[in-house]
Amino acid sequence: MTDSWSTTEMRFRDPARARALAARLAEVVEGAGRKISVMHVCGSHEQAIAKYGLRASFPKQLEVIMGPGCPVCVTDLPEVDEAVALARAGVRIATYGDMLKVPGTSMSLADAQTEGAKVDIVYSVMQAVELAKSTTDEIVFFASGFETTAVATAAVIVQGVPKNFSVLSAHKYIPPVMEIVAEMPGATVEGFLAAGHAATITGSAIFERFAARHHKPVVVAGFEPLDILAGLVALVELVVAGNATAINAYPRCVSRDGNKVAQALLWKVFRATGGRWRGIAHVPSGNLRLRDEYADVDARRRFTIDMQSLWDMAPPALVAQCVCGDIMAGIASPSACNLFGKACTPETPVGACMVSSEGTCRIWHQYGGHPDLVRIGRAV
Amino acid sequence: MCLGVPGRVIAVDGMIATVDFWGVKKQVRLDVIDEPVTPGDYVLNHVGYAIRRIPPEDIGETLALYDELLAGKSGADLMADDVRGELAASVTASASPRPAND
Amino acid sequence: MIVSRDRVTLKMGAGGHAMRRLIGEVFLERLAGPEMLAGDIGLAALDDGAAVRIGDQWLVTTTDSHVVHPIFFPGGDIGRLAVAGTVNDLAMMGATEPVMLTLAVVIEEGFARADLERIAESIRIACAEAGVRIMTGDTKVMGKGELDGIILNTAGVALTSRVIPDRGLQVGDRILVTGTMGDHGLAVLAARGNLSLEVELRSDVAPINGLVRAALAVAGDGITAMKDPTRGGLASALHEMADKARVGILLEERAVPIRPDVRAVGELLGIDPLHVANEGKVVMGVRPDRAEAVLAAVRAHPLGREAALVGTCIADSPRRVVLDTGFGRRLLIEPDGEPLPRIC
Repeated sequence: MTDSWSTTEMRFRDPARARALAARLAEVVEGAGRKISVMHVCGSHEQAIAKYGLRASFPKQLEVIMGPGCPVCVTDLPEVDEAVALARAGVRIATYGDMLKVPGTSMSLADAQTEGAKVDIVYSVMQAVELAKSTTDEIVFFASGFETTAVATAAVIVQGVPKNFSVLSAHKYIPPVMEIVAEMPGATVEGFLAAGHAATITGSAIFERFAARHHKPVVVAGFEPLDILAGLVALVELVVAGNATAINAYPRCVSRDGNKVAQALLWKVFRATGGRWRGIAHVPSGNLRLRDEYADVDARRRFTIDMQSLWDMAPPALVAQCVCGDIMAGIASPSACNLFGKACTPETPVGACMVSSEGTCRIWHQYGGHPDLVRIGRAV
Repeated sequence: MCLGVPGRVIAVDGMIATVDFWGVKKQVRLDVIDEPVTPGDYVLNHVGYAIRRIPPEDIGETLALYDELLAGKSGADLMADDVRGELAASVTASASPRPAND
Repeated sequence: MIVSRDRVTLKMGAGGHAMRRLIGEVFLERLAGPEMLAGDIGLAALDDGAAVRIGDQWLVTTTDSHVVHPIFFPGGDIGRLAVAGTVNDLAMMGATEPVMLTLAVVIEEGFARADLERIAESIRIACAEAGVRIMTGDTKVMGKGELDGIILNTAGVALTSRVIPDRGLQVGDRILVTGTMGDHGLAVLAARGNLSLEVELRSDVAPINGLVRAALAVAGDGITAMKDPTRGGLASALHEMADKARVGILLEERAVPIRPDVRAVGELLGIDPLHVANEGKVVMGVRPDRAEAVLAAVRAHPLGREAALVGTCIADSPRRVVLDTGFGRRLLIEPDGEPLPRIC
């Protein structure tokens, strides 16, 4: 493709610049003369780090911990149960592909589908609305994602939806969980790489207050290889200098104040309320639920959702033994978990770290940790 | 956590824009964007919604920021000669922050 | 979870680990036995087909059932898929001159006759391309709702003087792909029409026994293993080959040919083109001294113009596939289940 736009975007995938930034990162970490732990709070950062194989090029003394940044993984069991219960009761569920295999207390939506429930995978909430227009079936949109994704759900609701369409919101709000992980006892994290696309909505200013409050620097970073490497260089420099400020290293997609139209839509439709995040903790104001004004499109009010049967057939509460929260805080490794590799496997995941294809436990289980890939095959 | 994909606006019809993503056209909703969008603009798409108009000058700004990071405060330069050479070439090749229209 | 252990799930049909486990536990356990002659390839090998020695020849057989939604998609349809799938599986064993195919058709009540005729015509054309004929068949009609439209099954028979099992990779072998990756899987996904994408991706579905014949002609015994990267894409095929041969594979991501529009749709939907099906491509292990010659022969064939050498078999990291991205390295993860569009 000779398109100029792709050329522009490809500049953020320039291997020469990437090598230079990786060398610079090594230099900064080495200069510190000690181990440094930072955390990214964004599943897409982990996806990009994995996709481009960046982890293998990180300096040994730099630990980049995958925080609670995957909205699908942290969707709690009862939220999945609500969707599964509705599906088993004959209601047609539309949801994003990411949600299909996420296990609830006793089954996932994919399992319900195997039993005969109707589950439609959509790429956009608009598609779910189109589906509702094309049928007389009740369609429940099982809505997952952070504020970035919730904004789209809000836009559809404000616009007005067909009578047979309602929303089961499992949307999450990212800023409060950062407070939790920053204060987790025993946590060694010294700085945060903040989620670029959530910040597109909320703006980077909220991280200035966060950095000051917790005395830990924050860098808002994008998702191309250069974005991540540059974000880490900036973050480690701040850590080494003891400079607890927030930097926006992703100005092309993030402004200081964020997208005000989107913020207005978000808070018009949703309110933030406390709730559990799978494997992490109760997060005050971490869940986005529909406001009373939109009760008529709220699936929780339209339907009586009976989850008892799911709970009756559930195995004993394995989740209680899951140490995902500690793994995400960098306190524990998967081998410290009683469930790892036994009750909790990629086929029957219990916690968030095993649900995600790039989750720490998933990767450990498939490959026995992060093997040293840089040297292998060199002799051939 | 949110798959965001940048693309170039080809046409705007009310609240719907046709956007080119590396040669693939897709309709994207404009309900939540905070600036007017016209053909030629770049937008960031998430789940079928444009969530940001990407100012072309910010692309250059970001790259400049990265080069600043590379230089480092001390001016120390660990880049190997070949890397420096490649980098110089790529910077020259992409000197204009505003992508040319094709 | 309770349900997935008691019932067969879609994931178990998607070509990955879950499927191999189901086959192992249910079928191999009961049906696989010692082969008649040493060297025969039977059920336990889980190869693309079976091979038994008859005199100085090998009799190679394979069978494949086909369902696809939509039935007609850009670049092909279920009929073309059914012929190509079986012809290609035979070719992957080194048997590029199929003697005959069988065809079984299961049709849902109410299926449009014109569509059935269109599928039959497509079967005729694909057979002509492959140089084979349908020699026997079976037709069943089932009640409305008892299946989704139509299911085709084809079986194929071929003779060859040399069988190439898929477990033959050796350290040092180069990995060759005969063209662009991900075309079929993403074309079918885009053709489902609910993604509001304006793009005409074309499936690569085609019988490739001719291309394989051309490659074998110049390779001598230089082709050590072959696999068609169908379900699960290049990632699954390489994992299976590495696993069976107990070697590692170092894959150079930037060398893998991917069409720009396929890459773009993959980026939009969050789907890796290396994880989705191809229906007209081959992954080959080639001895390093024959690699350039085989590459030239494949490129000279109309279906192999974009062939490339994309990797090397290594002694380190056995049974794993290491992907060099140009930025760093990672282990290529084997897809489990049908790839779905994702938002994060």
